[in-house]
Amino acid sequence: MTDGRAMSTRDRVGARLGRRHRNEVAFRLLGLAATLVGLVFLAVFFFTLVVNGVPAFQQTRILLDVELAADTIDPDGERDPETLRTASYQSLVRDALDERFPNVTSRGERRALYSLMSAGAGLELRDIVTSNPELIGQTLSLWLLADDDVDMAVKGNVRRDLPESARQLTDRQIEWIEALEADGRVDLKFNRFFFTSGDSRDPELAGIWSATVGSFFMLLVTLVISFPLGVATAMYLEEFAPRNRWTDMIEVNINNLAAVPSIVFGLLGLALFINLFGLPRSAPLVGGLVLSLMTLPVIIIASRAALTAVPPSIREAALGVGASKMQMVFHHVLPLAMPGMLTGTIIGMARALGESAPLLMIGMVAFIVDVPESPLDPSTALPVQVFLWADSPERAFVERTSAAILVLLAFLLLMNLAAILLRKRFERRY
Amino acid sequence: MSQPSSTPAADAADAAASAAPPADQQAQAGYRTVGDYRAEKPVMRARNVDVFYGENHAIQSVSLDIGLNEVIALIGPSGCGKSTFLRCLNRMNDTIESARVTGDITLYDEDIYAKQMDVVMLRARVGMVFQKPNPFPKSVYDNVAYGPRIHGLARDRAELDKIVQTSLERAGLWSEVKDRLEEPGTGLSGGQQQRLCIARTIAVSPEVILMDEPCSALDPIATARIEDLIDELKRQYAIVIVTHSMQQAARVSQRTAYFHLGKLIEVGDTDEIFTNPRHKLTEDYITGRFG
Ligand SMILES: Nc1ncnc2c1ncn2[C@@H]1O[C@H](COP(=O)(O)OP(=O)(O)OP(=O)(O)O)[C@@H](O)[C@H]1O
Ligand SMILES: [Mg+2]
Repeated sequence: MTDGRAMSTRDRVGARLGRRHRNEVAFRLLGLAATLVGLVFLAVFFFTLVVNGVPAFQQTRILLDVELAADTIDPDGERDPETLRTASYQSLVRDALDERFPNVTSRGERRALYSLMSAGAGLELRDIVTSNPELIGQTLSLWLLADDDVDMAVKGNVRRDLPESARQLTDRQIEWIEALEADGRVDLKFNRFFFTSGDSRDPELAGIWSATVGSFFMLLVTLVISFPLGVATAMYLEEFAPRNRWTDMIEVNINNLAAVPSIVFGLLGLALFINLFGLPRSAPLVGGLVLSLMTLPVIIIASRAALTAVPPSIREAALGVGASKMQMVFHHVLPLAMPGMLTGTIIGMARALGESAPLLMIGMVAFIVDVPESPLDPSTALPVQVFLWADSPERAFVERTSAAILVLLAFLLLMNLAAILLRKRFERRY
Repeated sequence: MSQPSSTPAADAADAAASAAPPADQQAQAGYRTVGDYRAEKPVMRARNVDVFYGENHAIQSVSLDIGLNEVIALIGPSGCGKSTFLRCLNRMNDTIESARVTGDITLYDEDIYAKQMDVVMLRARVGMVFQKPNPFPKSVYDNVAYGPRIHGLARDRAELDKIVQTSLERAGLWSEVKDRLEEPGTGLSGGQQQRLCIARTIAVSPEVILMDEPCSALDPIATARIEDLIDELKRQYAIVIVTHSMQQAARVSQRTAYFHLGKLIEVGDTDEIFTNPRHKLTEDYITGRFG
């Protein structure tokens, strides 16, 4: 009797066992496939970014023998810094080109020849001379910055065998470049401008530094405002506020706020901070304020989740030995919730760093060359810079767009790393 | 604290009362507690205590004394309200939003639910040990030192060290942890953690210690150690212990209270209750017929 029942259980389970195992395997494969598809997308994304963006970290330079002619730079010979600063260094570059290609004589051809070099070449010469005036009169072999069209041709981004009408450079110009290449006077060097300068109409002079500083100021403002406010709000709502209709309403609204499209916050910022309070347009301060509005709900929600995750037994233990509610919160609950709060904050900050739509609303799309020195100076932000460059017609901005995205991603990775390290540190303090 | 264990007036009132609770008040609850709910040297007195969780009437008209130098065991089937009653005694129920407590509970004749009673003060005087060991995620030292620190019981570090050491010694843990005071309390074994929690409670020198199933997560050896400890502690404190183990109640307690569905059915000397229960429900529970 019992034997028979045991058999029947065994048989019945056995009959379904095969299907159960098959289901399990199928589910595992499905999960694996989903993960793989995600990974493939990610790999393609990174691959195209790297392939497109990494060349922008190098820039074509041409080796020219430049005579730092005294009568061009400093005709009076007084070495007056103002004179040195305002001299026409670009004409020295032109002279050097004339020297190299003596048989180019017609005006039009000479202009075409001169356009091989960037305006940045003259600027670099100026920097060299103003810091070392004793070089005046000498002839130096210098790697000077080439124009972005030359850069594209040298990097092979623009094919030289296209019909002349389909490319920026003329056949003559290509010939000159090939002549220089044959001399070993064309090379790719580290693109210093990309990391140290602001935006520019000339792609070879455009850089992300002013956008980076703008983003930094903005995130600083966001952090300073939204972290304390968010944590304090979460703590009040979770630990101290009575549960009633008002707090319920506040809670619902905070959750709604987290789902509001970011551009709406931009409009709010425009109306409130700029039109009503009269804060300056295009300033990281206003950007930071707007991003704080956006980040606050994220931090509040994450912080509340972190607070509720603290085991009730710890609260009871604290209250049980006679801790007041505030002591319980500050001595026990908050330290345990801090890692979660920090993670939430950093996720919110990372979102803020990548946000561009609300910044467009408050005028942070301006063309900014100078590096901002305070949160009140006009500036752009990294994602807005990406947007601006992606919109530019020059071929050379394509690789700069990808390169700027790579830099943005690097910052995001850095922030995530910081989040992990901070959490580790806090956790070790138990 | 050197308060009189009871005032002459209260003595007279108690003498006037019968051995059973005030009949008129318990009549509305529809039952009468069997046995004498009073203690010889009462530290805390609960009178006609009712507890509601929303609509749920979890404790019905319970009167019970907690006596000095004795252990009182609260027993009864699961869900009968033992923990609820225990948590009334140090107002831990305040933290539960739906809970409502009525009736009188006094600590040395001070009404603990009165406005002028500060819960922080109350919980320093009525300590609690929980069912699951719940050390703070801090070092062993900081666990024990936490109470004295927040109440300002030690003037300097040396005095604090002394309090920590004596508390750990009395909890029978000192020899095991004296070399690892800076290690996390959460890294100890379950039994050690529970003794650490007891040390944390007695470090504040409370007058009453409430224990809610303190041994339910422990093996027999750790349980025996804690029972020895309870026996030792009763010399100085008034102790209330909730337990599901009849043997444990018989071993450690002098008085036993049997709860059933929110009612205090029977209370009396432990020997009496276990050998000669007067109420049918008590007898059924003790002889293992249900619960
Ligand atoms: N936080 C709470 N909210 C609502 N009802 C509760 C709460 N805690 C306990 N109760 C109810 O009060 C009654 C008594 O519960 P209590 O925890 O006091 O029982 P107990 O005797 O300690 O049981 P056990 O032996 O299982 O621990 C039960 O009906 C329970 O459902
Ligand atoms: Mg219980």
